[in-house]
Amino acid sequence: MFKKTIIYTMLIICGLVMVVPFVWMIGVSLRSQLEINQGSSGFNPVVNYQSYMYDGNEYQVSIVMSKGDSTVINLINDKSKIVHSYLTVLTEDIKDVKKVKFHWTNYQEAFRKVPFNRYFLNTIFIALMVLFGVLITSALSAYAFARMHFFGKDFLFYFLISMMMVPEPIFIIPSYILLNKLGWINTYYALIIPWIANIFTIFLMRQHFKTIPQDLLDAAAIDGCSPFKILYSIILPLSKPIIATASVFSIIGSWNSFMWPLVMTNSPELRVLQVGLSYFSQEASSQTTLLMAASSFSILPLIVIFLFAQKSIIESYTSSGMKE
Amino acid sequence: MRKFLNKSRAWLYILPALFIIILFRFIPILGSFIISFFEWTITGPGKFIGIANYQRLINDPEFWKSLLNTFYLVIFVVPMTIVFSLFFATLLDNIKALKSFFRTVYFIPFVTSLVSLSIIWKIIFNQQTGLANTFLKYIGFKPLKWLAESKGIFILLFEPLGINLPNWAGGPSLALFAIIIVTVWRSIGYNVVIYLAGLQNISKSFYEAAELDGAGKAKQFFNITLPLISPTTYYVLMMTTITTFQVFSQVYLMTGPPIGGPDGSTKVIVYYIFEKGFELQDLSYASAIALVLFAIILCLTMLQKHFEKKHVHY
Repeated sequence: MFKKTIIYTMLIICGLVMVVPFVWMIGVSLRSQLEINQGSSGFNPVVNYQSYMYDGNEYQVSIVMSKGDSTVINLINDKSKIVHSYLTVLTEDIKDVKKVKFHWTNYQEAFRKVPFNRYFLNTIFIALMVLFGVLITSALSAYAFARMHFFGKDFLFYFLISMMMVPEPIFIIPSYILLNKLGWINTYYALIIPWIANIFTIFLMRQHFKTIPQDLLDAAAIDGCSPFKILYSIILPLSKPIIATASVFSIIGSWNSFMWPLVMTNSPELRVLQVGLSYFSQEASSQTTLLMAASSFSILPLIVIFLFAQKSIIESYTSSGMKE
Repeated sequence: MRKFLNKSRAWLYILPALFIIILFRFIPILGSFIISFFEWTITGPGKFIGIANYQRLINDPEFWKSLLNTFYLVIFVVPMTIVFSLFFATLLDNIKALKSFFRTVYFIPFVTSLVSLSIIWKIIFNQQTGLANTFLKYIGFKPLKWLAESKGIFILLFEPLGINLPNWAGGPSLALFAIIIVTVWRSIGYNVVIYLAGLQNISKSFYEAAELDGAGKAKQFFNITLPLISPTTYYVLMMTTITTFQVFSQVYLMTGPPIGGPDGSTKVIVYYIFEKGFELQDLSYASAIALVLFAIILCLTMLQKHFEKKHVHY
């Protein structure tokens, strides 16, 4: 029993280490920049501040100096801007306030400062096009690898594996030169076409296609099905789970890809979410609350997909990782 | 004709994927060799310069610095990832309730984009308002400069003891160590899952036999688990090494301005390739650096393959 307690404690600590940065991100994204700069940790949504009624409106107060009964103050509005400075007021009129307050406006402001909806649309469009391409090219070639005999099959197989092993930074410079020659720099082509063949997905599908009983395919062939029809109307419907897995991998990959779109595009209209976020982090580096708001909403879609499909995603990562 | 069609049908099915892979992988990879031997600008090839780029590389202190930083990254990230992942996977293997819950929680950072994570961690390491310093102050330590600190971690560690280490023994800068922390933190979830799958494949009868012979838990771990899990360890070692050599986003987003950290102490090799190639438009030199990186990764892979044959028990 004692041992179990230790194990669970350790696991919970590790879990906290994994989750706390995200919780903190949301916490900071809901505070005002002023509170953060004044040393609020970001976890506690209760704000302590002093307020003063002026012209029938309640303002937050920052004290410049106090001398006895009267205090010199600055009045600050909701947007952390000073609206009246160096007012001398009675100290007893300044009230201490405790309030739970969420600055949802950070989210609106982040969205207003940078066209994140454009970035979202770009990312979704590219992810879908890539997904579409990957599924078609992979299904076709996986079918050939799994079900056909042809000259050069083994060689081709090893060729593709070796291509898969080469890391992106190695081929990104010549790719840039090539895409420039094609006139594709700063176009959607540069972000879509080079990625519509995915070697990993080919192997994933090939592995699955091999498990479909040959008898089934033979029967279809005797009935006069062409090889393409066999793929289309027998193999693919039987491969829905693996197609789903491949799709999730592809979408996660497109959503998170950064270096390639950073290099291959430079016009703001073509920015994908990650590139837009990266530019935003350079422009607004001191506005931590806005940055956290932007991070929150760009992480959210993937975390939602992940939490819905976590079991199958984790399982496919496990099986695909260990198969080689 | 029909026979020809039948024979070449397979190639027709493979053609779309093959075309893309040859055009956008194979040709660029070959191309980078060629580019590195020419003066190459964005407008096209210039004159042939032979191995001048490689000579320049040998005499480029910035290149060696970035290589050293990358090695620091690998040397710290890989063992830390293996130890933490195996440790937490072993713990998870010993419980029943909430197992998949923990697995899911650990996995979240791995599916999150590195750009967002880097932004979050940059703010965590912020000197004034960051979580890291808030925590240090809370437990009674002095706040650190984190991403702005160019001093080596060993220097910082030994300073309070009155020992002044020379610079070469300083290890990675604290700024680079912050990047190491983030990289390890992100990779744990995936590797825990991989290890967990490996652990579940070890037959329980080994442990039962060891129990009968009176071996304690620690002994069981070192004499049964560790040898039997070695294929997984080999896989984790290889994958983590290869991916750590390619670290880019964390450096690009977390350090700076200027990017590359204080005194260039977080400039890793892929960032150096990016800087030379795309910020300074020196494409052929950047290609030469990329090829050196390629050679290193290839050598390490072969070394590890060799090592695997000798030491991995199945």
